[in-house]
Amino acid sequence: MERECIEIRWHGRGGQGAITAAKIVAKAMFAAGYTGVAMIPTFGTERRGAPVFTSLKVSKDKIFDLSPTTRPDIVVVLDYLLLEEVDVASGLKKDGLIVINSPRQPANYSFNGRKIAVADVTDLSVRAGLPAGVVNSGIIGAFAKAAHFVAMDGLTSAIEEEFSGRRPKENARAALLCYENTIIGGPR
Amino acid sequence: MQVIESGNVAAALGVKLARARVIAAYPITPQTPLTEKLSEYIESGEMDAEYIPVESEHSALAVCIAAASTGARAFTATSANGLLYMHEQIHWAAGARLPLVMCVVNRGVGAPWTVWNDHQDSISQRDTGWIQLYANDHQQIIDTVLKAFLLAEEVMVPVMVCYDGYLLSHTYMPFDVPDSSLTDRFLPPYNPAYSLDPKRPANLNTVTLPDVRPDIRGDMAHGYMEIRYLLHKSMLDAIPALKKIDERFASVFGRGGAPFIEPYLCEDAEYVAVSLGSLSYHLRDVVDMLRGEGIKAGVMSVHLYRPFPAEIIAQALSSCRGVIIFEKALSYGYQGALTSDIKSALYRHTQDSSARPSIVNYILGLGGREIATHHLYEAFKSSCSPDGMKGEETRWIGLKF
Repeated sequence: MERECIEIRWHGRGGQGAITAAKIVAKAMFAAGYTGVAMIPTFGTERRGAPVFTSLKVSKDKIFDLSPTTRPDIVVVLDYLLLEEVDVASGLKKDGLIVINSPRQPANYSFNGRKIAVADVTDLSVRAGLPAGVVNSGIIGAFAKAAHFVAMDGLTSAIEEEFSGRRPKENARAALLCYENTIIGGPR
Repeated sequence: MQVIESGNVAAALGVKLARARVIAAYPITPQTPLTEKLSEYIESGEMDAEYIPVESEHSALAVCIAAASTGARAFTATSANGLLYMHEQIHWAAGARLPLVMCVVNRGVGAPWTVWNDHQDSISQRDTGWIQLYANDHQQIIDTVLKAFLLAEEVMVPVMVCYDGYLLSHTYMPFDVPDSSLTDRFLPPYNPAYSLDPKRPANLNTVTLPDVRPDIRGDMAHGYMEIRYLLHKSMLDAIPALKKIDERFASVFGRGGAPFIEPYLCEDAEYVAVSLGSLSYHLRDVVDMLRGEGIKAGVMSVHLYRPFPAEIIAQALSSCRGVIIFEKALSYGYQGALTSDIKSALYRHTQDSSARPSIVNYILGLGGREIATHHLYEAFKSSCSPDGMKGEETRWIGLKF
C-alpha cells in the first residue's frame, strides 16, 4: 500500500535558488491542506553554478520516505542549458509534466510524449523589475500554470513572505508574469 | 505556530526557546546551519546568550564545560570527526556531571572523508556517560531539545540529541514551534545546587584516589569508583525521569507518549524491524507494503539509546518471531551495536529461552549510500520467515562489488 504522493523534482544550478523555489511551493501546498510535505535537497560536493536538484514530496499523509525521488510526476528546470548536462527527465512518469525556463517554444523539445510547459523566465523576471539572473520566483508562476496544484494567490503571498526585504513585490510580479506567459505543449 | 523549515532550524529554535545562555561551536557539515542560525538569533537580539567562537570542537566543549560549571545553561553541536575531536572532553563533561545539551547531526566518519549521513559518529560515543536520544523528524528534534535540557538538569548528566545529517538536517518539513510562554513554563531557568564563583574558589575534579578518604573538613569523600557508580546510577535514573518529563511535556504541548521507543503496528507483529532515527520512519512505508501482502510486520523506533531501556525493549519484542535490526553503524569485527544491545536485553529479560525471537542485523546506508524503499522491502520481506532468519546474522544491504 503506497501512500498517494505527488513528487516534484527541481533542477537548477548551485546558487540559483531551486531550493527556495521548492520551499515556497511546499509552504503554499501545506497551507492548501497537504499536511505531508517534505522538500529533500540532494547534496553532492557541488559548487556555485554546478547542476543541483531537490525533491519535493507532497501528500495528504505524513511523508516517511526521505530518499530522493526517482519517479517524479513533475520536473521543473530553472535553466534550459541544464538539458545538455543532466538527464532531467530521468524516471519522469509517462503522464508526467516538465516545466522549463527557456526562450524556446515547446515544439523544440520532446520527452517521449510528456507534457511540456515553457516560459522565458529569465527575460520575464527582468521585465518584472528583478536583477538579471533571478529566476526562482518566476519559475513558480510557470509551475502553477502548468500543474494546477495550488492557486496563484497562495503562491504570491508565499513568495512575498519568503522574499521579505528582498524585492517581494517584484518577485511576486515575476511569478504572475510567468504564469500569464507560460506556453504549454501537449503530448506529441 | 506551524512552520516549514529544515531540521537544523528546528534544533536552533529549540535551543532558543530553551534560553541557553552560552553557545560555543565550531562549524562542520551538516551541523553548520544550526550554529549559524543560533549566531543570527544572538546577533539580532532575539536570543539573550553569549556566542563564543572557538578554534576547534575540543575547545567548543571545553567552553561549554566551563560555562556550565559557573551555572549557565550551555549548548554545542557538531558532527562526525568534530565529535571525535571532542572525545576527551565528552568523557570529562559526563564525569564532571554537567547538564550540557549537544546536538549531534549524524554523519559518517573519515577516513575516507565523507560528509554524508550514517550513525557511526554518535554510536562510537555510546560509552562516554552521556544520555543519547535519537529524533525521527523535525517535530521530535525541537521537542527533544527542550526535553533534553530538563532531563540533563534533573539527573545532572549531559545529553546528546542525535538526528540524521541531510536526511533531517537539510530536509524541510512542517513542524510546530511552541509558544515561548509555554516553553518557559515547561523549562524553568537552570538553578544549580552548586556552581563556580570567584568569591568561593574551588578545585573541581582533581586527582581522586582509588579509595575513599577524608576531605579537607574531615568528612569521608568518594573515591573514583564511587563517583563512577553514581554516574551509572544517575544514568539509570534518567529512564523514569524521562518518562515523567515526557508526561509533563504532553500535558503542556499535547505531544508525547513515546519517550523510549515508538512502535508502529507492533502489537500483533510476528516480525519487527528496529532502527534509529529517520530510517525507522522510512521503514513504516515498508511495513504498510508487507501488511498489504498479509505479512504481520511492524517497526519500532528506539528513541532513548543510552541509558538503554532494556526491559521495555525486551518486553516490546518478546512475543514476536523475528527481530530485524537495520543499522547505519557497526562495531567492526562483530555487528551493529544496537543488535548486540537488543540481544543482550532479550537474553536478560525473556526467561524462556525457546521463546526468544530470532535476530537478523542489516548494515546499510554507510556514508550516505542511498537507501531506497525497495532495498528495505527486499531485505525485510526476505527475513519474514523462519528460513529467512537463518544464515548470516549480520548482512549488508546495497554493497556493489
